[in-house]
Amino acid sequence: MTQAAARPVPASTTPAPAAGRGTRDAVAAPTRRRRGRVGQERTNWTTMVILFLCALTVLLPLYVTVSMSLKTTEQAVDGNAFSLPSPIDFSGFTQAWELTNFPVAFTISILVTAGTVVGTVLLASLASYAIVRNWEHRLFRWSFFYLLAAMFLPFPVVALPQIQLTGLLGLANPVGVTLLHIMFQLSFSILLFTAFLRSIPLELEESARIDGATTWQTFRQLIFPLLAPMSATVAIFAFLASWNDFMMPSLIIADSAQQTLPVVQSIFQTQFSNNYNVSFASYLMAMAPAIVVYLFTQRWVMEGVTQGAVKG
Amino acid sequence: MSTPIAPAAASAGSLVDDAEHGRTDHLAGAAHDGRGRPRVDPVYYLFLIPTLVLFTLAITVPAALGIFYSFTDFIGFGDWEFIGLTNYIAAFSDPAILASYAFTFGFAIVTVLLVNLIAFLLAVGLTSRIRLKTGLRAVFVIPMVISGIVIAYVFNFLFSNSLPQLGAATGIPWLSESILANPDLAWLAIVIVTAWQSIPGTLLIYIAGLLSIPGDVYEAADIDGATPWVKLRSVTFPLVAGYVVINVILGFKNYLNVYDVIVGLTNGGPGTSTRSIAMTIFTGFTGGDYAYQMANATIFFVIAVLISVLQLRLTRGKAAI
Repeated sequence: MTQAAARPVPASTTPAPAAGRGTRDAVAAPTRRRRGRVGQERTNWTTMVILFLCALTVLLPLYVTVSMSLKTTEQAVDGNAFSLPSPIDFSGFTQAWELTNFPVAFTISILVTAGTVVGTVLLASLASYAIVRNWEHRLFRWSFFYLLAAMFLPFPVVALPQIQLTGLLGLANPVGVTLLHIMFQLSFSILLFTAFLRSIPLELEESARIDGATTWQTFRQLIFPLLAPMSATVAIFAFLASWNDFMMPSLIIADSAQQTLPVVQSIFQTQFSNNYNVSFASYLMAMAPAIVVYLFTQRWVMEGVTQGAVKG
Repeated sequence: MSTPIAPAAASAGSLVDDAEHGRTDHLAGAAHDGRGRPRVDPVYYLFLIPTLVLFTLAITVPAALGIFYSFTDFIGFGDWEFIGLTNYIAAFSDPAILASYAFTFGFAIVTVLLVNLIAFLLAVGLTSRIRLKTGLRAVFVIPMVISGIVIAYVFNFLFSNSLPQLGAATGIPWLSESILANPDLAWLAIVIVTAWQSIPGTLLIYIAGLLSIPGDVYEAADIDGATPWVKLRSVTFPLVAGYVVINVILGFKNYLNVYDVIVGLTNGGPGTSTRSIAMTIFTGFTGGDYAYQMANATIFFVIAVLISVLQLRLTRGKAAI
């Protein structure tokens, strides 16, 4: 029983993208390791130099963002993006803070994102559990394909009616955006959760049931904790999709005072368009939270991409 | 579908009741719904139905409503009448809509080729014998977590201020003018920023594909005296072909929805030279063309479904479902 209990957890930590690939990975891993230990193969320095140059193209726009945000308005306006700031000036940040009404936009973005993350993990895990455990029943089986069909539905197709309906229902605000964000994350999340749930042996639940646990208790105390690694992946993708989204909030939220952080950045295109140090300080404050979250959750981000793609 | 009536285990019941209930539902299979299937604990409906209802209200109803209005002359408010296929016929001969399809498909094809070529080569590099693998990989994934609109604003500054300055300094004429202001070149800027942002996802999938190739295949190739190029072409490439298909189709579907990056770079301009399908559809919201643009959206939907069907056919057997 303890072996059975331990199995699903390590299974989730291996980056094996799909069931069919698992065996190949198992074969490949020891081979590679043996090669490395023998140490006959030398580091390929040509490849490394090329990769470093490519990495620079990734880092350059980020360097420009940071250095521009630290310049004075006078220095920033000369158009040379690659120069170092001299002198270093933080006034861009204080001005950006006021111009975009940063505390409000930031709070709204945080609330929408938090609501999306919690809502997606809860609704998707509950629905997935119900679907997997009742697969032989038509309602549950069909629900799975019904919910997954949204992956084929691009947002622009339903955007106009959604704008119309959210307006009618009083949801042309961050609450409506949160709801829509959750709904558009469901397909991907349910796909990941159901695949993972199928790998959890049923015997694990038997013991809980024998001990008298109800379905809810089984889910709450046994299944949901087991789902944790998958929940982490689902949560991070919900976070990134919601935090970075521009299209949906810009169309759905009617009151510009309630806009999210990516949408308020547009004021630098219309007004204040020559205060580059201010606009770049604002861009930096908008992208920094996602980068920080990424730095702490790299593993799940990388695994999630592979799992989502190979299963989808 | 009738709801089978099961014992009310969710709300009340003694330990024994619950235990028995759990067993009958999941293990022994003693209780059946009369059609040979085990009975469903009603709690499962509570787990699923709210999500189904919300999903239907938020996605299915708007989709159905939009398709319905595409056969009318609805302008977003007020009265409307059925006009049959008039909107569709008009859409198929509307130069603005045709231009947006031509632009979007051309953009998607170029981007998908560029992204897959670069991502594949990077993946080969990142899985070869190099040091700092984890660190380099972590750097390459960063663009994926940055908001498309914000990074487009950053590139907007580079394209319209820094590059022209560089062009003037080095005397390269086509660089000294902002490519965003050039109707023939602006699309290239959109390709570059989209590629910059979406290479990481494609790259990670290729890395997974390359790591799934067993090492002894290469050892066998080594024994046969294969050169690195022959190994890449005859061993690596055929073995990751499935991943190429996934990446090409997933990428193509994503690029057809292009919007954020365009808003941040050109906003559809200069003129309407970089207006995507999504941008054209959204004009229905402000331009009084609601029903007309819903016909456009419905056509777009049919195309998206066709591509998805193609995806399922090509990747069947590889999917976990």
